[in-house]
Amino acid sequence: MKRKAREVRQTGPVAPQQKSKGKQKQLFVFAVVFLLLVFAAGALVYKNQKANEAAQTYQRNKATFVREHSPVFGSPGAKVEIVEFLDPACETCKQFYPLVKKLMAANPERIRLYVRYAPFHNGSDQVVKILEAAHKQGKFWETLDAVFAAQASWAPNHRPQPQLVWNHIGGLGLDIARLNQDMNAPETERVIQQDLADAKTLNVTMTPEFFVNGRPLPSFGAEQLQELVRDALAAAY
Amino acid sequence: MSMNSSPPEQNADWTLVFACWLLASVATLGSLFFSEVMGHPPCVLCWYQRICMYPLVLILPAGLFPFDRNILRYALPLSLLGLLIAVFHLLLVAGYIPESIKPCVQGIPCTEVQIVWFGFVTIPLLSAASFLLISALLVLSHRRSPM
Repeated sequence: MKRKAREVRQTGPVAPQQKSKGKQKQLFVFAVVFLLLVFAAGALVYKNQKANEAAQTYQRNKATFVREHSPVFGSPGAKVEIVEFLDPACETCKQFYPLVKKLMAANPERIRLYVRYAPFHNGSDQVVKILEAAHKQGKFWETLDAVFAAQASWAPNHRPQPQLVWNHIGGLGLDIARLNQDMNAPETERVIQQDLADAKTLNVTMTPEFFVNGRPLPSFGAEQLQELVRDALAAAY
Repeated sequence: MSMNSSPPEQNADWTLVFACWLLASVATLGSLFFSEVMGHPPCVLCWYQRICMYPLVLILPAGLFPFDRNILRYALPLSLLGLLIAVFHLLLVAGYIPESIKPCVQGIPCTEVQIVWFGFVTIPLLSAASFLLISALLVLSHRRSPM
């Protein structure tokens, strides 16, 4: 076949076979471009639709985003609310945590952060129970700091070993007996189930997931979060 | 399409293989849409099917330019294996295969149905249909032009 093509090329510059091959190549290139464009357009339309839906849900039914029990950080008068679904065993959540704090520090009194639990890793629900029990003692944020700081040692290779967490929260002044009691209270389980149910409603399948005044990240990334916060600040202040 | 110097059958076969590539590309982009845009995490069986589908997008064009009817030899093993896994997946979702030999234990259960269109179209069904069509078209393109 190859030899034949070479012969054709020698006989004339515009042999019919070459013409047909040129058409085939054109068709192929057209198909590649077309498919990629359809994919990109589809993704754009889908994301937009989801963002609008989320913003509408936020207006109509804010409770799905923020529950009474949710730990909250920042000034009560803040007009920009970040809702973060996080998993204490999730590495990316740990990496994003300082970024969120930095955003809040850069805009004092203007941003509030709500934490929702999304223990998607096997075993991290036990760690969430520790966090929630610490929350009852008013020490949620200290405990979250400690848990994230020591993440590599209690959750190596994404395999949480909740019993190891205890080694890292000793210095926080927690009432351990009460903590144990609260961890196993049915109320704590209810909180986790509620957060997981809300995560499902809001289509949260990966952590961390952020909503800024109800708007989800257009695509995952630190810059996207910063931009979303910047837009929300500009709209509110 | 057909030109006088290249046999018309060969052009028809080229079109069949091109159709296979189109199917594989649509399936690939579709699966990426489900996972990356819509955020449905792929289960283990889905990954095995992806392993069979994604290479076809690159291998088939190698058989299109220049046209090589032996492309069947490189592409059919992938599409048949993919079909096998997809059928296994379908049987698993339908409950014909007991839980005990389910390969995925952790993470995302393979039996979770994430998408249903028109009441019966699911992701593993789309996958099985794509693999079946690709295999059939490949065989057809090979059989029609004895060399």
